[in-house]
Amino acid sequence: MTGGTTLDDYTDRYAHRVSGMTASEIRALFAVANRPEVVSLAGGMPYISALPLDTVGSMIGELVASQGASALQYGLGQGMPELRERICELMADVGIDVGMGASPDDVVVTVGGQQALDLVARLFLDPGDVVLAEGPTYVGALGVFQAAQAQVVHVPMDEDGLIPAALSDALLEQQRLGKRVKFLYTIPTYQNPAGVTLTDSRREQVLDICERAGLLVIEDDPYGRLSFDGEAPLPLRARRREGVFYLSTFSKTFAPGLRVGWILAPHAVRDKLVMTTEANILCPSNFAQSVITAYLSTMPWREQLKAYQQIYAERRDAMLSALADLMPDGMSWTHPKGGLFVWATLPDGLDAKDMVPRAIAGRVAYVPGNGFYADGTGRQNMRLNFSYPTPERIREGVRRLAGVIEQEAAMRAVFNGEL
Amino acid sequence: MNVLVLAGGLSYERDVSLRSGRRVTDALLGAGVEAEMRDADVSLLPSLSADPPEAVFIAMHGAEGEDGSLRGVLELCDVPYVGADARASRLAWDKPSAKAVLREAGISTPDWVALPHDRFSELGAIAVLDRIVRRLGLPLMVKPAQGGSGLGATVVKDASELPAAMVGCFAYDQTALIERYAEGVDIAVSILDTGDGPVTLPPVEIVPSNGIYDYAARYTAGLTTWHSPARLSPSVTSDVLKVALAAHEALGLRDLSRVDLIVTPDGDCTVLEVNVSPGLTETSLLPMAIQAAGLDLGEVLAQIVRRAAVRV
Repeated sequence: MTGGTTLDDYTDRYAHRVSGMTASEIRALFAVANRPEVVSLAGGMPYISALPLDTVGSMIGELVASQGASALQYGLGQGMPELRERICELMADVGIDVGMGASPDDVVVTVGGQQALDLVARLFLDPGDVVLAEGPTYVGALGVFQAAQAQVVHVPMDEDGLIPAALSDALLEQQRLGKRVKFLYTIPTYQNPAGVTLTDSRREQVLDICERAGLLVIEDDPYGRLSFDGEAPLPLRARRREGVFYLSTFSKTFAPGLRVGWILAPHAVRDKLVMTTEANILCPSNFAQSVITAYLSTMPWREQLKAYQQIYAERRDAMLSALADLMPDGMSWTHPKGGLFVWATLPDGLDAKDMVPRAIAGRVAYVPGNGFYADGTGRQNMRLNFSYPTPERIREGVRRLAGVIEQEAAMRAVFNGEL
Repeated sequence: MNVLVLAGGLSYERDVSLRSGRRVTDALLGAGVEAEMRDADVSLLPSLSADPPEAVFIAMHGAEGEDGSLRGVLELCDVPYVGADARASRLAWDKPSAKAVLREAGISTPDWVALPHDRFSELGAIAVLDRIVRRLGLPLMVKPAQGGSGLGATVVKDASELPAAMVGCFAYDQTALIERYAEGVDIAVSILDTGDGPVTLPPVEIVPSNGIYDYAARYTAGLTTWHSPARLSPSVTSDVLKVALAAHEALGLRDLSRVDLIVTPDGDCTVLEVNVSPGLTETSLLPMAIQAAGLDLGEVLAQIVRRAAVRV
């Protein structure tokens, strides 16, 4: 080894986009979050134990016994026709119906919502293109857009979601810079990570702005059915036939382990999506699609959805009351009406990323906010999940977190010369 | 024989430990030793009672694996284990204590100050830091008094960077070690004792691509170049090995350890720290040194385990 070794013989051969992939100490610290001693508010997992697993198991057994030869076979790149019909029925519930041009022919089934995002990126993004997205936004979308070597420009939100004036400003600024803005990526309902929802009036304003600018809207709606306080506003796609691609998933309403999502796209684009997905994965899992089709056809899924809503509402309430009771002055947070997450803002001067080791030592985990921004901002923020831990664990986690924040604030004060 | 490999734990280095544990388990199995990996949790002691292994290999890093406490518990259970005993482990784990022992033994180590965060709040951080900079000069290395994998460690080149480095360090530990930054070549010397007394393995030279051997540089293949044996002259190599062995013995370690040191531009060796539970991942230094010595990792670990198993 006279020339030394890097223990990686492929160092000089990687694509440029891989260069930023390094071991992360934050990711390593999260390894501890799986231990039961740690209250993890870091995940984004649905509470799958709420499913009637025995019944689901029997259903899957019967499915394999009766339809195994097709369910375990290759399928169509676009996805199973029966499932696409059921997906259209689901979308019709929220106003995306035949009248709005939603047809099973224009649905493409994907491997979770994540592959839907990947397809959109493959179809539309060239290196250097700009994507507008809420700030903060879904970390998995950032990963996809960055892999496509696009530039993500964030548009700020408040408790009412994306700020329309800020969207106009961002568009103007990108035009001034001579940038090519390809689309607006938005999670308007129970946003991940912020937990906020774009109001009805703002939905119209955002759509008008995008329409005027000829800007495509990618509407990601994984959480829209997880409402706790009345129905969510109608999706953007239920308000416009053109210019909006609608992405959703069964991960939050049934089970993420099946990895099934979908895109509703205009007819012309549909064919390109299918060709792209065939080149990418050949076809989504026929088995997973068959399970979901059977679940939607034979089981009381609407009742199950209500069960999820009740469980999450109780946990949301537990988190909000624990935050109100226990958090130190200077801390603020959003008040989600659905979904899985609360977005919290630390008192001035504190850094959620730097605080992670102290939190792990305090046996509580959260996701620091910087991961939800392409530009590394958001360090004063953290995402807190309430769907997975029990109400008791949530309160205990918030209690621990409050202690961690107080220790960190005291430490910062010492080294800022305030004490 | 059957060996229990302990890996995981609740320390900041859980992920590294799990990787070390898997590598140790595989290497032992490859050498024909029955080995099983498990976490150290509430089911450990009942399992040790019900099905006592002939020896335990502690592939845990961070406090649980290295501060002596788990070793003390294994001693309570009369289960033999590989590595330094509880007392020596505790000494080596606490960097300021270890540095004091090394200096007492005439081994060079950078000048240092170790202070718990309480002293800074009581006495005023700015005034204390000012004194530290005046005494030690710049640049400085700030790191947790107890810890590993470069977590919480920062090189401070300008005094204005010191408060942030201290906050970063105190996120990991109650006490900070601030030492004069030792400029030079990063060297790691692994030491093994398979029954004939401790012997040094070929020194490994570490050249991180961005100049800092931080967490990413340690655990991302491709970000660091390792030279094994190190590109040192025979006389400097000889000095390095002597110093490393002296450090191992001064701290009363056994079976295996890794001594991290710097060879300064003048060819002097100064010891940074000594590890009683060296990393055994794919990018770790001990396996590299074993390979450079022409030895087989599985065979070496099997010898050490067999030796530990007959220890009373």
